[in-house]
Amino acid sequence: MHDAMKVIIGLVIFLGLVTAPFWFNTVGGTSARQPELVVGTDVKECIEPTGWMRAYHMDLLNQWRDEVVREGKKDFVSSTGKTWEHMKLTGTCLDCHTQKDKFCDRCHDYSGVKPYCWDCHIVPGKEGK
Amino acid sequence: MMDVKRREFLRLAGLGATLGIGGKTLYEVVKGDEVLASTAHETHEGTRWAMVIDTRKCVVHDCEDCIAACHKTHNVPTFEDPKRVIKWIWREEFKGAFPDQNHMFMGDEVTDKTVPILCNHCDNPPCVKVCPTGATFKRKDGIVTMDMHRCIGCRYCVVGCPYGARSFNWSDPREAIKDIDPAFPTRCKGVVEKCNFCADRLSLDKDPACMEACPYKAITFGNLGDKESPVRAALKGKYTIRRKQGLGTGPSVFYIV
Ligand code: HEC
Ligand code: HEC
Ligand code: HEC
Repeated sequence: MHDAMKVIIGLVIFLGLVTAPFWFNTVGGTSARQPELVVGTDVKECIEPTGWMRAYHMDLLNQWRDEVVREGKKDFVSSTGKTWEHMKLTGTCLDCHTQKDKFCDRCHDYSGVKPYCWDCHIVPGKEGK
Repeated sequence: MMDVKRREFLRLAGLGATLGIGGKTLYEVVKGDEVLASTAHETHEGTRWAMVIDTRKCVVHDCEDCIAACHKTHNVPTFEDPKRVIKWIWREEFKGAFPDQNHMFMGDEVTDKTVPILCNHCDNPPCVKVCPTGATFKRKDGIVTMDMHRCIGCRYCVVGCPYGARSFNWSDPREAIKDIDPAFPTRCKGVVEKCNFCADRLSLDKDPACMEACPYKAITFGNLGDKESPVRAALKGKYTIRRKQGLGTGPSVFYIV
């Protein structure tokens, strides 16, 4: 077993290389950070609790879409009993989240999501784009 | 050995087929609700939106205010290229709009006059029947509308509609919309679109845009199910025609001639 030393050294180098990215990030402090979101409004609360919105806003939008388009409904009543005049992607969500590029887009780019909604729904100030 | 003898099996199978067990009978297929709907649905209950266009007040003018208003509020593009034209409401010559209502002795002064044409929001809409995704559907209030989110652009509905009321977006419509109104989504390349009887405005208690814009008050809109409604008043005691009535689609757009 006169090669044991070589094998161990080899193993250490190998493990070091494999885990290098983690060391690099821990020491260098360049680990992936959450994107900085600009909420875009003075209002303090979203239409539903923030955590729920983060996880389920796409489901809520699907529900709104079906209720408006297929059932002819208009108002949204949140889980807290508050009523919103409309259920609109542009008219409601973007009314508060006024900077789509610094809110929706930032998080979506980070998460690798590309909603196609804006092919049709309009971003105020970016009409025709 | 089987319990059921061959003869017995055939007899049972024959009985089953006669009763239509395990499948639709030919009678059901041909005479089913769907096919007879054009007559059965004529009894309107609840809300049934309809429009009456008084062509006597309209044809004499060369006015397109209704078209402009409709297309503006719904971000309908204006393409010059005839192959790419998108229209929700437009003017058509009498002879084209009512091919079964004219004859050679009427004279060009009648048959060449143009009348406003739009989706008829049929009682028995062929476009709904052919749509494979449920993108085109009929609401409880009779409005035949589109769920753009489900349209796959197959264009069966374009072929299915006997009124030419549907347009396909061959290219990005935003290039051909002057001032986009952010309140209503545009459409995108690859989907079909048509008049929605202003479902978006009705939910806000507004009248249809075309009616509101007509300077001659030639358009009346209301609920056929309500005896007191303006459409019932407009229809009562007048001779009205509907487009290609013989097809049995049961249009909700009536024309006073
Ligand atoms: C009345 C204003 C208002 C409306 C309308 C609104 N939001 Fe919000 N939204 C907020 C505020 C304020 C926050 C941040 C709350 C906080 O910091 O806890 C927020 C947070 C969120 C978050 C979580 C962000 C994070 O930090 O993780 C998402 C996602 C979101 N909104 C999406 C939407 C969508 C989608 C709609 C439309 C369906 C919508 N919002 C409508 C005000 C609004
Ligand atoms: C905190 C991060 C975050 C913010 C902020 C956020 N989203 Fe999302 N969104 C996501 C994630 C993550 C998904 C993908 C979820 C999945 O695929 O299950 C998503 C998915 C969606 C989808 C569905 C996309 C698809 O292709 O199915 C829509 C629509 C959507 N978001 C709209 C919005 C709108 C509008 C806003 C701004 C008002 C917004 N989101 C803000 C994280 C965010
Ligand atoms: C092909 C065009 C098109 C696309 C793509 C599209 N929509 Fe829509 N959407 C419409 C139209 C048209 C309406 C009907 C607006 C009305 O009746 O007021 C609508 C209505 C809605 C509504 C209700 C009312 C409103 O104005 O917001 C919601 C919510 C909605 N869409 C969400 C979405 C989401 C989320 C996506 C992307 C995942 C999306 N849509 C993609 C065309 C589109």
